[in-house]
Amino acid sequence: MPDPLLEVRAIDAYYGDFQALFGVSLRVNAGEVVAVIGANGAGKSTLLKSIAGLIRPKAGDIVFDGEPIGVAPAFAVVKRGIALVPEGRRLFPSLTVEENLLIGGQSRRPGPWTLDRVYDLFPVLAERRHLPAPALSGGQQQMAAIARALMSNPRLLLCDEISLGLAPIVVRDIYARLPAIVAEGLSLIVVEQDIAQALKAARQVYCLQEGRIALQGAARELTRESILAAYFGV
Amino acid sequence: MAMQWLNVILQGVLIGGLYAMFAAGLSLIFGVMRLVNIAHGDLIVLAAYVALLVTQGLGVDPLTSLLLVTPIMAAIGYALQRGLLNYTLGDDLLPPLLVTFGLSIIIQNGLLELFTADSRKLQAGAIEIQTFQVAQGIWIGVLPLIQFAVAVAVIAGLQALFYKTALGRAFRATSDDQAVAQLMGLDTRHVFAMAMALSLAIIAIAGVFLAVRTNFDPAIGPARLIFGFEAVIIGGLGNMWGTLVGGVILGVSQAIGAQIDPGWQLLAGHIVFLAILAVRPQGLFPKVSG
Amino acid sequence: MSHVEHATRSSRIGVTLIAAAFVVLALAPFWGDRQTLRLLAEIFTFVALASLWNLLAGYAGLVSVGQQAFVGLGGYLLFALVILLDVHPIAAILIAGPIGALVAVPVAALIFRLRGAYFAIGTWVVAEVFRLLASQISVLGGGSGISLPAAVVVAMAPSRQMREFEIYWLALALIAAVLGAIVVLLRSRHGLALTAIRDNELAAQSNGIDVTRIKFIVYVLTGFGTAMIGALIFLMKLRISPDTAFSVNDWTAFVIFITVIGGIGRIEGPIIGTIVFFVLRQALADLGSLYLLMMGAVAIVVMLWAPKGLWGLIAERFGWQALPLQRYLVLAPKTEQPGGKP
Repeated sequence: MPDPLLEVRAIDAYYGDFQALFGVSLRVNAGEVVAVIGANGAGKSTLLKSIAGLIRPKAGDIVFDGEPIGVAPAFAVVKRGIALVPEGRRLFPSLTVEENLLIGGQSRRPGPWTLDRVYDLFPVLAERRHLPAPALSGGQQQMAAIARALMSNPRLLLCDEISLGLAPIVVRDIYARLPAIVAEGLSLIVVEQDIAQALKAARQVYCLQEGRIALQGAARELTRESILAAYFGV
Repeated sequence: MAMQWLNVILQGVLIGGLYAMFAAGLSLIFGVMRLVNIAHGDLIVLAAYVALLVTQGLGVDPLTSLLLVTPIMAAIGYALQRGLLNYTLGDDLLPPLLVTFGLSIIIQNGLLELFTADSRKLQAGAIEIQTFQVAQGIWIGVLPLIQFAVAVAVIAGLQALFYKTALGRAFRATSDDQAVAQLMGLDTRHVFAMAMALSLAIIAIAGVFLAVRTNFDPAIGPARLIFGFEAVIIGGLGNMWGTLVGGVILGVSQAIGAQIDPGWQLLAGHIVFLAILAVRPQGLFPKVSG
Repeated sequence: MSHVEHATRSSRIGVTLIAAAFVVLALAPFWGDRQTLRLLAEIFTFVALASLWNLLAGYAGLVSVGQQAFVGLGGYLLFALVILLDVHPIAAILIAGPIGALVAVPVAALIFRLRGAYFAIGTWVVAEVFRLLASQISVLGGGSGISLPAAVVVAMAPSRQMREFEIYWLALALIAAVLGAIVVLLRSRHGLALTAIRDNELAAQSNGIDVTRIKFIVYVLTGFGTAMIGALIFLMKLRISPDTAFSVNDWTAFVIFITVIGGIGRIEGPIIGTIVFFVLRQALADLGSLYLLMMGAVAIVVMLWAPKGLWGLIAERFGWQALPLQRYLVLAPKTEQPGGKP
């Protein structure tokens, strides 16, 4: 069996004195879509931020493509090929849509994703390319945030709650484009509160509960009961 | 009589360009990292002394010395930000304020120790007194005009940099959201240091023009900081061209005040500043609120 | 009934020590020589100025680099009242306070429109304006300044020695009054609000504290105190000029460095800082600009590595406080009652 693209090994993560993750382990194989589900405050965002380098884990390590990245700062992790679509989109309000995309490509990694390519994937962005980012609707902003992350030509894309605050039809529309992204050779970690959507999109599922992995397995094989039990800790 | 006033106002407009240059560096740093550099004025004076050393050491004229002074000051700015000021950035208002205040005192007294309190001036030669006639009875000094033109060029250059280059994008993005900027592959420590280097490059230009125009000594820094600050506030935060207008208004106020009574020059500027603060605190052309 | 207490063991020791020190200092004219008295009086004025600056910046979050405006204002008020209106110098010092407060009101109205570091520079501009205005007042010496008339000075007391004692006791009384007022303020409801603002301004505001009003009050009160101290300082100097009255170095740089090194946001900080400052000054003899340079460097180092200052380090390590300013709840003892109600 080939080595996983990403391996998170028993990491502990803290916000100040508050411990948010307890010995969390996870792996993503190349070309795989992994979902991380869990209730609010379970530590899903923390996990993604730790992988992306915004938080430095106090124990354990993170290995990407054979290289340890646990202590690398965020700007270095991007250069290795991991991009995070942050929770709440967080486009740069002082920049236009196109400028947001261009700055996504700041790290100049080689790869198929160019402005034209992301405009192909999200035509609505092309129509609004010179508008200031805040002028976009929630769904459009989410697409822009994903496009911006793609511009760094990552091998692993981390999506933090891309369904948050969006209407179901918009969520379906966005998720419909993920296969195209995977087809380009990306691997995905999708953090979601929308369990149904996560299960549809992913092959592997991890469920976090209060900072610990409560359940993991293939999406097809997990029962509804076991998921609910893990999710709510019942 | 009216001709005399017109000349006075014209002088004020031209020196407003210099004030706008003082302000531009201050404004740039505040825009990118919300830092107000209390040592800003003293750095302008430092640039003047560096120019003094370069002109004396290499025997070049002040404007040529800029070729060396500008990169030297930019390098100082980069090191200063990377080595000291980056550690003061954060939510707390006290550290950057007090550290840059301490820096101001250190620079002033360091210069005093090295150069004594003697007044100096850079000599630019004949160009200093050259004037030309613009209209009947109205004369403009060549040097003040060059200085104003340079100020306009600097501001135009900054605008272009901010809105048309990758570095400018990096500045704006980092200013918006430091954490997410990191996610774009930007080392924010480096971005901030580049901003400070740029600010000190502008300070270098302003410092050389100041040193040619007037006598300088280690103690005149704070007054330059105040002029730059007043120009920013009058013009409105976040608007570079507004800063130019602010500088001009300040310069004209001072010129009119000086014409009424030499002792009133500085007071007139401060009073106009306070009046605008009272009546329109957001400035004349604000882009951001506070 | 449950109630709030302020004192701790360390603060009881602290208060006792301070009271003892006060008695010793009050008797200084009997054990100290002229130079000692002058030095002590100078120390008192700096403790007072630093404590007031600390109240403004460390508690109310208003960082002013323009308090020299009020020092100079107080000084000029003294000279104006004494020279132009024949007021007794000590009365003039007491009058300088309320006038300083009155002046602080419109000043605050103007500069409160600025925030953060821009506010700081705004205070500097105000000080500059005061300085420039002072140089325009020719009856008080204009740009070159003026000395206190010998006749007035001599009339203050029957002998030179008595006059020195008088000024010394005045300085001691003033600093006791300033520190006492600060302690009273901090122990009051407003003080609780101030401590909240010091710790987290946004949270304080969300809890219903009228932050702007409190900052305004603190600014005016600080102006009151600073003007009085300024009047005293220039009574001691016997001569005033715009540059000395409104000197940034003397009345702001040293004060800021003292407070930073001693510890911002704690009442004990300025006291510790002033002691350190004067010890260093005596030890290093006046090196002039080199001394200021070193103070600046030390202040920067402290700000970055020990932002709570010397007292902050000590207090956090040992949990001490020298003055009873903490608030902790003493719960009433539970009593059993029939029916099971506590």
